[in-house]
Amino acid sequence: MNPRQIVARIGFYTFIAVLTGFFVLPMLWLASAPFDSNPGYAPRVPEKPTLQHFSALFENDLTMGSLWNSVVMSFSCMVLVVASAALAAYALSRVRIPGRDALLYLLLLLSSVVTGTAAMVPIFLMVWKLGLLDRQLGVVLVLSGGLLPAAIFILKDFMDAVPKSYEESARVFGAGPLRILREIVVPVARPGLATIAVWTVVNVWGTYLVPFLLLRDQEKQPAAVVVRTFYDEGGGALLGPISAFSLLYSIPVVLMYLFVNRRYGFRFHGGIKS
Amino acid sequence: MTDPATPGPAGIADVRPAGSDSDVAGLGRGKASAFVTPALLLIAAFLVFPALWLLWIGLTDLTVSGRTSVDVSFVGLDNYANALDDPLFRNSLWITLLFVFGSAVIGQNFLGFTLAWSLRDAARWLRAVVESLVLLAWILPSSVVAVLWIAMLDRDAGTINQLLDNPGYAWMIRHPLAVIIVFNIWRGTAFSMLLYSAALSTVPPSHLETARLAGASGPQTLRDVVFPHVRAHVLTNTLLISLWTFNDFTPYLLTRGEPNHGSETLPIFLYRQGIDDGALGYGAAASVLMLLINLVLALFYLRLLRRRPK
Repeated sequence: MNPRQIVARIGFYTFIAVLTGFFVLPMLWLASAPFDSNPGYAPRVPEKPTLQHFSALFENDLTMGSLWNSVVMSFSCMVLVVASAALAAYALSRVRIPGRDALLYLLLLLSSVVTGTAAMVPIFLMVWKLGLLDRQLGVVLVLSGGLLPAAIFILKDFMDAVPKSYEESARVFGAGPLRILREIVVPVARPGLATIAVWTVVNVWGTYLVPFLLLRDQEKQPAAVVVRTFYDEGGGALLGPISAFSLLYSIPVVLMYLFVNRRYGFRFHGGIKS
Repeated sequence: MTDPATPGPAGIADVRPAGSDSDVAGLGRGKASAFVTPALLLIAAFLVFPALWLLWIGLTDLTVSGRTSVDVSFVGLDNYANALDDPLFRNSLWITLLFVFGSAVIGQNFLGFTLAWSLRDAARWLRAVVESLVLLAWILPSSVVAVLWIAMLDRDAGTINQLLDNPGYAWMIRHPLAVIIVFNIWRGTAFSMLLYSAALSTVPPSHLETARLAGASGPQTLRDVVFPHVRAHVLTNTLLISLWTFNDFTPYLLTRGEPNHGSETLPIFLYRQGIDDGALGYGAAASVLMLLINLVLALFYLRLLRRRPK
């Protein structure tokens, strides 16, 4: 190696080290504070590692309830989105409904334009008038409506890739459309369905604004919202529980990411999060 | 939303045999419509209707409580005129512009490309470690990352002030806009990094080799060899991350738009006016302007997608 290359090497590693530091710095606290019996705002290696914050969380009805609420809402949205998107995507893939391409294009445009943020006023008003304010059903419906267009769009590509010959043979043996869908298309398109399922769950699990707007009763709020109220009321004294709760609440998302990454290659769905 | 640059499902679709829409399952139009109906109903009710209703509410003086919550009157374009006259609204537009430009167009774009470029032939473990960290910042829930940043920037005991030996310096009060910009770069760079690493893998190695043999410097190689290959991706990426950043509510969790509206982006302004203060009509008018900006960004993006060479 000549001197110039050595300097370049050193420069490269310094640069990477600085960048790594930038990305890792905020996360250190999440790795240390939950296990520290008396954590501060700065991360440090806990002197006496403890799980006391976690055991306190497990006995806290509010935090456990909010995690359960997150599970219920994510799961409901997942069922609703996967089922209705699969039906729609299949029909759109197999039958030339007039104006199909324009419809898909319009849906995609719509879902990127009418975001929960931009439409928070009418969404709030509508859910209020429907009497769904403070009910998880309202959140589930609003979030599903927002996720559906992209889900249909992605699933249609998967459905298009299902070989038609399978369906033709099934039809020869007298299977009806629903049966063909259930027994042939769904198993073959499973990677697509799983992708959409995980994508929905991750989105709903992490979403803050819509449940924050539509649910005022703490007992109904998901962890995304409760983690914040926890913070505001407690101030410095509650750092242990906050950090432990944040960690507990983050783990499922990370696990799902690892799952998708291993099974189907996350890289191929660069935009899976949004 | 699928990332168009990577060979995702869209890539699979391109190799399918022609005429995939022949009705092999014997659905017929009737059953096909029945299959499509549940999804379309949900979308119509919770996506299309709010958008249309928004246009109407924006023309009224509707509020959450008080006389105008019941006795609503049509005020025409007054809300729009008021918004354009409102220093707070203009302030939030300006803040949003700086936020989107600084954190997405410049920050995430450059950092994402730099990461993808410099890690492309780094050791495997190094690449895995750095990429995982960048991705982790992206996949953690927004309320959690907000808590982490609040802890890190705490004025008395936060990591940053301890590292800089600068206790008592309130970053979020002194530099609220800079804080949310840096935060959003940290938060969102992963997408650009993924997109650019996929794009860079399409640059033929022989071209890079030729450039090296011809004695081209790093910047020259980037400009003359790499950039022509990734130009379309730069545009796609910039539009997408701008759209997302523009609609991002997470800064609220960090600074709540404070102090003195110094970090009040348009989403926070909407929340404050439309929901907090209950001025639904006025909030709706401001929302319409936001939808219009979204529409412009999304139309550009979809146009690019359609023009994508097959």
